[in-house]
Amino acid sequence: MTIAELIFDAQEEAVGYSSDECLKCNVCVTVCPVARVTDLFPGPKYVGPQAQRFRTGRAQPVQVPGTPFALSPDLTVDYCSGCGWCTTACPAGVKIAEMNSQSRARMKAGKRPKLRDWGLGQTDLVGQMGVLVSPITNRVLFNGPIRTIMEWTVGIHRDAPFPRFGKRTFQSTWKRRQKRLGSRPLPGPDKAVVYFHGCSANYYEQHVAAAAIAILKRNGFETIIPEQVCCGLPMISNALYGDARKKARKNIDALVGYARQGYRIIGTSTSCTHTIKAEYHEMLDVKDDDATVVANATWDICEFLLDLHEQGKLDTRFGRLDEDLPYHAPCQLRSHGIGLPAMELFALVPGLRAADMDHDCCGIAGTYGMKKEKYPIGMAVGAPLFDKIRASGAAEAACDSETCRWQIEKATGTRTRHPIEILLQAYRVADAAGGATPGPLSGAGTRAP
Amino acid sequence: MGDSHAYDVLVVGGGATGAGVLRDLARRGLRTLLIERDDFGTGTTGRYHGLLHSGGRYVAKDALAARECIAENRILRRIAPASIEDTGGYFVATPDDPDDYVDGFQAACAAADVDCEEIPVADAFRAEPALNPRIRRVFRLPDGSVEPWQLIESNVADARAHGSDAWTYQRLVGMERDGGRIVSATLRDERSGSVTRITPRFVVSCAGAWSGQIAAMVDVTVTMHPGKGTMLIFNQRMTDTVVNRCHKSSDGDIMVPVHTVAILGTTEQRVEDPDRYEITRDEVAALIREGEKLFPDLGRMRLLRAYAGVRPLYQPPAEVTAAAMKDGRQISRAHTVIDHDAMDGVENFVTIVGGKLTTFRRMAEDTVDLVCAKLGVTEPCTTADAILPNQVPGKTYWLGHRLAEHEAEGGGDADLLCECEFVTRPMLDDFLDRHPGCSIDDVRRGTRIGMGPCQGGFCTFRAAGLVGERARRVGAADVAESADRAILGFLRERFKGTRPIAAGRQLQEQWMISGVYEGGLGVRSLIEHETPEASREVVDVHR
Ligand SMILES: Cc1cc2nc3c(=O)[nH]c(=O)nc-3n(C[C@H](O)[C@H](O)[C@H](O)COP(=O)(O)OP(=O)(O)OC[C@H]3O[C@@H](n4cnc5c(N)ncnc54)[C@H](O)[C@@H]3O)c2cc1C
Ligand code: SF4
Ligand code: SF4
Ligand code: SF4
Repeated sequence: MTIAELIFDAQEEAVGYSSDECLKCNVCVTVCPVARVTDLFPGPKYVGPQAQRFRTGRAQPVQVPGTPFALSPDLTVDYCSGCGWCTTACPAGVKIAEMNSQSRARMKAGKRPKLRDWGLGQTDLVGQMGVLVSPITNRVLFNGPIRTIMEWTVGIHRDAPFPRFGKRTFQSTWKRRQKRLGSRPLPGPDKAVVYFHGCSANYYEQHVAAAAIAILKRNGFETIIPEQVCCGLPMISNALYGDARKKARKNIDALVGYARQGYRIIGTSTSCTHTIKAEYHEMLDVKDDDATVVANATWDICEFLLDLHEQGKLDTRFGRLDEDLPYHAPCQLRSHGIGLPAMELFALVPGLRAADMDHDCCGIAGTYGMKKEKYPIGMAVGAPLFDKIRASGAAEAACDSETCRWQIEKATGTRTRHPIEILLQAYRVADAAGGATPGPLSGAGTRAP
Repeated sequence: MGDSHAYDVLVVGGGATGAGVLRDLARRGLRTLLIERDDFGTGTTGRYHGLLHSGGRYVAKDALAARECIAENRILRRIAPASIEDTGGYFVATPDDPDDYVDGFQAACAAADVDCEEIPVADAFRAEPALNPRIRRVFRLPDGSVEPWQLIESNVADARAHGSDAWTYQRLVGMERDGGRIVSATLRDERSGSVTRITPRFVVSCAGAWSGQIAAMVDVTVTMHPGKGTMLIFNQRMTDTVVNRCHKSSDGDIMVPVHTVAILGTTEQRVEDPDRYEITRDEVAALIREGEKLFPDLGRMRLLRAYAGVRPLYQPPAEVTAAAMKDGRQISRAHTVIDHDAMDGVENFVTIVGGKLTTFRRMAEDTVDLVCAKLGVTEPCTTADAILPNQVPGKTYWLGHRLAEHEAEGGGDADLLCECEFVTRPMLDDFLDRHPGCSIDDVRRGTRIGMGPCQGGFCTFRAAGLVGERARRVGAADVAESADRAILGFLRERFKGTRPIAAGRQLQEQWMISGVYEGGLGVRSLIEHETPEASREVVDVHR
């Protein structure tokens, strides 16, 4: 392989050159949730393959008054939420969302990132600080006047959903537990999986991590939780590529040993798993052997459970849940290209009337909808979804992605949970009703730890 | 014939040379008329490679041409910055380029006063990562790219400001000679067919490859060697720098980024008639093979179209050599002013041939010096000093400007007629206001409409709608017809250059566009005769 091939294969180039494939068919424009609701965003075809032909490595020779442009002459690309719908829809294979992300990075390159973009990108740091002082942070984040001040100063919209911090991180809880249990030999890759919890389960939603561990255990898998850091996606979407690359490297180094031994890496956050599966490679140009091995070993938890089921290895003794359950499939899940595994799992639960809301995007798209200038757009994008959920009258809803859950809860007042929390609840109902001892079933033999 | 037609000089041919001659004559106080049989810049000037020569391509063999190039390069950057992009140029030594040429290159540049600096290859790869990694040495020269139509417009505008005129769609059909003088010239309006006779004191032929035809009207022989050169337009710029092979110039050895595209060229092939030549698929394939020595991934990049121009190479009667006959490249690229008084006994007739777009101003200066001497005018040439109209000093073209300006106005695609080249409705309206009766193809030269990946697929019907709307506004009787004509004329022209290269994504694009025009808009009913042939050709190419 020549250097030029390497460079050309390097995604920066390949993403840019994929605009060569554009047929101008406008399919991407028709699927873009943002272009649909606001004139501020001219749509994927415009900011993607079309604007791409006007971008150059050369700065403008003379500054035109009123244009702050240096390398990337356009600003409207900043209104792309990064939901990825356009890329999945494009019949010609143009990597539009990726191109947009890169142009945004170029646009912001050289300029100091806004405090807000930086803060929203540094989920690890913000999370750690938040956990340290969680009663205070939680009060701050849920307090009206202070949110207004935050909106003025750092540009996070006062009504934007913001998570509550846990009392301590999931990592530290887990470490304490491991210490208590003492060191034990590692079960083989058919009896244990690696869990990638991501930031949300680490800092805000430890109950999701707990649910994951319980469900995995019920199906015969021990959980291994190596030291890990934020997957890097928030930095990618806030155009902080350098930081994101460092996170990618750390995670790959932490996970590759397990992946090479055949352990699967399971995540409860669809966006984290998608980042590891695809974005390290496509956006960050981290594509060595280790990265590929890790990417190939990574699974979304519902994808994993459904795969178990397809092999007849899932404990399907779910108890009856007599309820309507509106379900929203997050954008990142569609980018996985794995269908809607949660819906298929819900179908195994007696009585559960899960309904796919069939709406493209809730509007949050990571941290997009939290920003002051994007908040109304995000709300407009999600409006039909919110209406449907409210109209369903259901007591709770389900969604695989954390920020989407926060957005839906905030917008509809409906409690929104991860699909595995629903499944775990169904197991619990079974346990309570039948008094059956929890254990694996469905013809897989007994593999309880 | 009223006084308004009393011109001192008639200039024939609205390419860069004619426009430059017109401007220079006007600035020296001679009332001049420029005529062009088509739109400005539809001859070789509109079908050239787009390179603002540094002279580097000629240093080894044609030092005279090299010197002229670098001198004019410096002048044009000053007087016409908006028409020029300061891309800079690399001369790269690939493994196929002979050492002795490469080793002698810098010295040859120095001898011709062409700035040349060798730079570390790593720097070049960093700046242009698509370059062939096997390139061994890189020299940096002040090449650039130059947009011809705006350049012509600026020259014409300056001439008009100095009391001269320029008419398009006026073909010179004959000249009347009375002994040693041309006494009148007959023009035919190519659209209405009406004929005008004018009686200039002097005639300057700037008809490029067609110069022989003009001279023949007064029984004078000017032997031209029209040399066809084919070029390929790529959808995107794989390089922001002009890239030349560092060797004796040959086919497919230079890539020029021009506006949104990059152009690979050229070839050299003698043709008999400058109006009749074709581009073959073999030629296209051969060009790509050569181009891959510069950019190994070229074969994977999307090709928009192929086009060709004819070089106005002059064969001076005395210097006919067998070699020059065989290979047009042997003839000097420097220009020749032919004084037909001295050569042929026609006292008020001069032809200017040869040269390059880069040197058009110098060619004009030399020509006008001679004309002035003959007419007893002593005004000096000022074209090298005066900045052209519509140009901002020091502000060269920047690729991002259209997008940046559009964004500064709020962005959005509501007003975009041509999405690929960012041509807005106000831009088109403004152009049509300034050029009454023009075709969409004329609009294309002025605005780049339809020059993007869809080659007019999505903007043609929008533009045609606008043309129809304007026709209605002025109460024209043929509103629908004018829109139809606009569509057909433009599509025909656009599809012409895509046939030799239609493959892969571009072929799919064509199928989709045919679907839109035939299936959606029913264009087939307008062109019963052309369409089957056109689609058959596409099928052939596909096979
Ligand atoms: C393939 C190719 C690549 C080139 N690349 C470069 C380059 O990169 N850089 C560079 O500097 N130079 C380049 N050149 C050279 C350059 O393009 C020409 O030297 C220059 O454009 C010639 O301009 P012109 O005005 O003399 O001729 P033209 O532009 O051909 O103008 C002659 C005009 O006369 C008109 N005409 C003809 N007959 C009549 C008539 N009877 N009545 C009225 N009008 C008439 C024609 O329509 C035409 O518009 C290239 C040339 C070719 C062929
Ligand atoms: S990523 Fe989403 S918001 Fe951005 S252009 Fe694509 S579809 Fe639209
Ligand atoms: S969907 Fe793909 S091919 Fe169609 S316009 Fe969008 S980017 Fe181009
Ligand atoms: S014609 Fe263009 S140019 Fe206009 S919309 Fe298309 S490709 Fe584009």
